[in-house]
Amino acid sequence: MQPSIDTVRFNETPEGIDLGLRVAGPVPRALALALDGVIRAGLYLILTPLLILADFGLGLMLLAFFALEWLYPVVFEVWKGATPGKRAMGLAVVHDDGTPIGLPASMIRNLLRVVDFLPLLYGVGLVAVLLDRDFRRLGDLAAGTLVLRADGRAQPREAVMAGPVAPPLGLGLEAQQAILSFAERSQRLSAARRIELAEVLTQELGDRGELAVARVRGWASWLARGRAQELP
Amino acid sequence: MKQQQFEAANAPTWRRYRLLLEQLEGDAKSKRPPAQEDPQGFPQLYRAVCGHYALARTRAYSPGLIADLHDLARRGYPHLYRRRPRMLRAALGFMAEDFPRTLRRHALAFWMGMALLFLPMLAMGVATYLDEEIVYSLMDGLQVSNLEEMYDPANRKPGRSHGRQADTDFAMFGFYIMNNVGIGFRSFASGLIFGVGSAVILVFNGLHIGAAAGHLTRLDYGGTFWTFVSGHGPYELTAIAISGAAGLLLGKALLAPGRRTRLAALRTNARDAIVLVGGAALMLLLAAIVEAFWSSGPAPAPVKYGIGLAGWVLVALYLALSGRSRHGA
Repeated sequence: MQPSIDTVRFNETPEGIDLGLRVAGPVPRALALALDGVIRAGLYLILTPLLILADFGLGLMLLAFFALEWLYPVVFEVWKGATPGKRAMGLAVVHDDGTPIGLPASMIRNLLRVVDFLPLLYGVGLVAVLLDRDFRRLGDLAAGTLVLRADGRAQPREAVMAGPVAPPLGLGLEAQQAILSFAERSQRLSAARRIELAEVLTQELGDRGELAVARVRGWASWLARGRAQELP
Repeated sequence: MKQQQFEAANAPTWRRYRLLLEQLEGDAKSKRPPAQEDPQGFPQLYRAVCGHYALARTRAYSPGLIADLHDLARRGYPHLYRRRPRMLRAALGFMAEDFPRTLRRHALAFWMGMALLFLPMLAMGVATYLDEEIVYSLMDGLQVSNLEEMYDPANRKPGRSHGRQADTDFAMFGFYIMNNVGIGFRSFASGLIFGVGSAVILVFNGLHIGAAAGHLTRLDYGGTFWTFVSGHGPYELTAIAISGAAGLLLGKALLAPGRRTRLAALRTNARDAIVLVGGAALMLLLAAIVEAFWSSGPAPAPVKYGIGLAGWVLVALYLALSGRSRHGA
């Protein structure tokens, strides 16, 4: 895979294919953290009436506070793949090979949060996230984990329906893909933009306007299904 | 093969795979009706889709198709390569084997942790015992009077201040968990600051405990203090030293990574360190149970000392022998 300026990180699976993992940057992560903070604060408030149960309630409350402080992220990451705040932001935590996170890695990254929090409000963590190519804080570096954007569904594409037109000879693979991509996306583009792009693709023939669009669609049809007409 | 032929030929496979995926993804959220599609076939379908994705890329099919196939493969990957540990069995095996074995592999870090905790403790204990002023170099007057009040032999429950006399054992249990396990976790995490954080926390705790012990013994409150701490001391002190040792492992990875990069060394050592932290946390849980429900109880002093001694022997035997296989290791 060629180096990309995107935040997609490629990971080769045992099947020998490259799966793209879209790592999440500091802003959605900070928002997720704030959301989790709110959720936790809410839980603290719900738990305080336990004090009515006097001493036994106090013991329970202290245990619950301990769990909320240290185990809340670990439990949710191992069980659901992300804390509620991260889920709301569409984020998920995985090992750096893309597999779901397990208990040891989750413990490491969440206990080391103490250091990322230093000196004040995740100062160290933010610096680490900004310096690292995959936006990892120190806990992520030590645990070997990544925070991903989970919502990576591809856009729906249109079938190429135009009558086939033979494209010029000697088209490179990239040019062929650009033509196919244009045909699949053209309905979602505005008319002006569609024409502008088609004119770039048909530059050498000098087609203008809708004529250029039709020609590129014809080429795409030829590339996708050949000269034959019978297929659906 | 042209793209549309390819799509037409493989559409049934993709449809079945998609159904299975939805089933697998749905399982996590809601209990769906039992599988219509046999999940046994999932790995085969997944590998087929991976193959299609690779083919689509080398044949330069349209980016839209490639993106779709990539999406299908990406969604299937975590379902095939997922680990589902059996929690209870894993926990038992962990305490019986993994934890003591890992600790023995890092014996040097362990003894460093023990030394950083116990040497300052001994020194401070002797110093405060001999000189009544030294305790004030570490604590202010209010803390010292709190301490004296907690272990006053006139107390009904030793180890608790007057305000806490009425608290039940369970409330104290909650407090010990929050406080002690918290200290354990922090002394691990602060090891990431080149090991310095862990060392500081260990020394600081050692000094405090030593000061308390020396000061109270000099005041003749030793009877209440030593009977109180003897029960849970073996587990609590060892566990804090082990947490600190786990932190030292992180520091070692950064200071002396050996023939690896610092990042690779940190990752390897963190894997072992978290095992130590987990074991130490469970030891601290045991210590909190003993401290809350036994240590402040009314048992006579010889029994308490006996239990304390047995605790040290038990901890030593457990850490030294547990998880050794018959063929040595």
